[in-house]
Amino acid sequence: MPGSSHAEKKVCITGAGQSEVGRPSRRTALQLTADACLAAIADAGLTPADIDGLTTYPGPSGDAGGFSPVGATETMLTLGLQPIWVGASTEGHAHMSAIFSAIQAIASGLCRHVLVFRTVAQATARGRERESTLLGASQGGNARVQGGNAWTVPFGVYSTAQVYALYAQAYFDKYGATQEQLGAIAVHSRKMAALNPNAIYRTPITIEDYLSSRMITTPLRLYDCDTHIDGSTALVLSHRDAARDLPRTPIEIEAMGMSLGGLGVNLHRGDFTALPSDQAGSMLWSRTDLTPRDVDVAQVYDGFSILTLLWLESLQLCGRGEAAAFVEGGARIGLDGELPINTSGGQLSAGRFHGYGHTFEACQQLWGLAGERQVAGAKVCAVCNGGYGYGALLLKRE
Amino acid sequence: MTQEPPRQLPALEQDTSFFWTAGADGRLRISRCEACQRYQHPPLPRCPHCRSEAVRPSPVSGRARVASFSINHQPWKPGLKLPYVVAAVELAEQPELYVLTNIVGCPVEEVRIGMPVAVRFEQHDDVFLPMFAPCGGSDAR
Repeated sequence: MPGSSHAEKKVCITGAGQSEVGRPSRRTALQLTADACLAAIADAGLTPADIDGLTTYPGPSGDAGGFSPVGATETMLTLGLQPIWVGASTEGHAHMSAIFSAIQAIASGLCRHVLVFRTVAQATARGRERESTLLGASQGGNARVQGGNAWTVPFGVYSTAQVYALYAQAYFDKYGATQEQLGAIAVHSRKMAALNPNAIYRTPITIEDYLSSRMITTPLRLYDCDTHIDGSTALVLSHRDAARDLPRTPIEIEAMGMSLGGLGVNLHRGDFTALPSDQAGSMLWSRTDLTPRDVDVAQVYDGFSILTLLWLESLQLCGRGEAAAFVEGGARIGLDGELPINTSGGQLSAGRFHGYGHTFEACQQLWGLAGERQVAGAKVCAVCNGGYGYGALLLKRE
Repeated sequence: MTQEPPRQLPALEQDTSFFWTAGADGRLRISRCEACQRYQHPPLPRCPHCRSEAVRPSPVSGRARVASFSINHQPWKPGLKLPYVVAAVELAEQPELYVLTNIVGCPVEEVRIGMPVAVRFEQHDDVFLPMFAPCGGSDAR
């Protein structure tokens, strides 16, 4: 078997928790973080004293945009944790970087139980200042734009929507994909969110609703963009030897994949129809005997709907250029379809928990806790996150 | 010159100001490695291909093709003149040498992937923003 010594094979997910979702929430970001973390620790059958590692992505961002209002240190203090290792980084593989760090901390023997969390308060930030989540907003007003944002903001590029729209347009042009096909992802997400009590938008939409919705930046419409929320998600990762006696069946991390690049001038490669997530997908499948056909359910990143198409191809769940036709009409990606995806409603409809909502949902599916949206007999779930740093996990329950 | 749409201008920083001021004499400049002749954009203090420090602003033709584009309709900020076209153009000098810009000089609905374009500077104070406009000719794909 490939890589029985791979770090991730020594690590399991043993607990998961999520706060309420708000748009906005009346609870503070730190309260939401505590809610999610305590839920995850209890879910794992542990107490705060058992947590010997703590990490988050990306760490406190220090701006007013609500992208990452809570850091590891204040969470440690709030929960009275005494971890021997604390980590966070804005650099690297983005969303899943904290999960990858936790895997390394456990596999190296440093920690037994690592708590990983991700908190966002972008709904509150937008309520306070509508432009707070735009590129360069932290630099304030009409001041000259410095650093990386100088390559975008002067050309009216205030949102990553406008950059991913370049990928969507090129993908449409090269493969003949249509608005109806892209819209199938948004329609499907609402259908799933209607079955998820902790989703922010639960009223189903039709493809006609999608096609008549406001155009943001061609070809991306309002429903192609994820939804800013307040909320927090936490996971407990444990050494497999420490997971045996815990209440939940350990979710094995069968394989992980990671890659970098893509978003940002100088980082674009190729013709804008694929992302460096391809390398994360290749790495993932190089570390397991399982194949894409073994995947029972997939949680595929959807910061924008186009990312779901690109990731389906990167994970080799669809052939190159075939993802749009695959999702059309929604039947194949529905609960009874050949590959159910984004069963929580994803970031488009459940809310932008920023990657961690997808991993949380993967756990719910594999533990059989997903209620009305449960995929019957789900044992293997692929999860992927990212549009500027890329991470993928193949999760498995025996 | 009128500001359509209103622009938040780039700071003129040490490593990058040549790009923003190149339009003063009407010639776009891109950082190029004198050792291996490769261009890079945005500029870095070394060539990422051969690690040479001999990277210098170098005049380019200003010709490009639209690699991809998006017609922006969203009023991200008050006063934006909508719609406008955001594009990645691929400069003629080197494959995958992309510049993020706006397409001007034609109705937004006429922009196509592969469309030949040429630089056209838009001056705001001491900054010359490199915009691109259709320049005729057949599509380069």
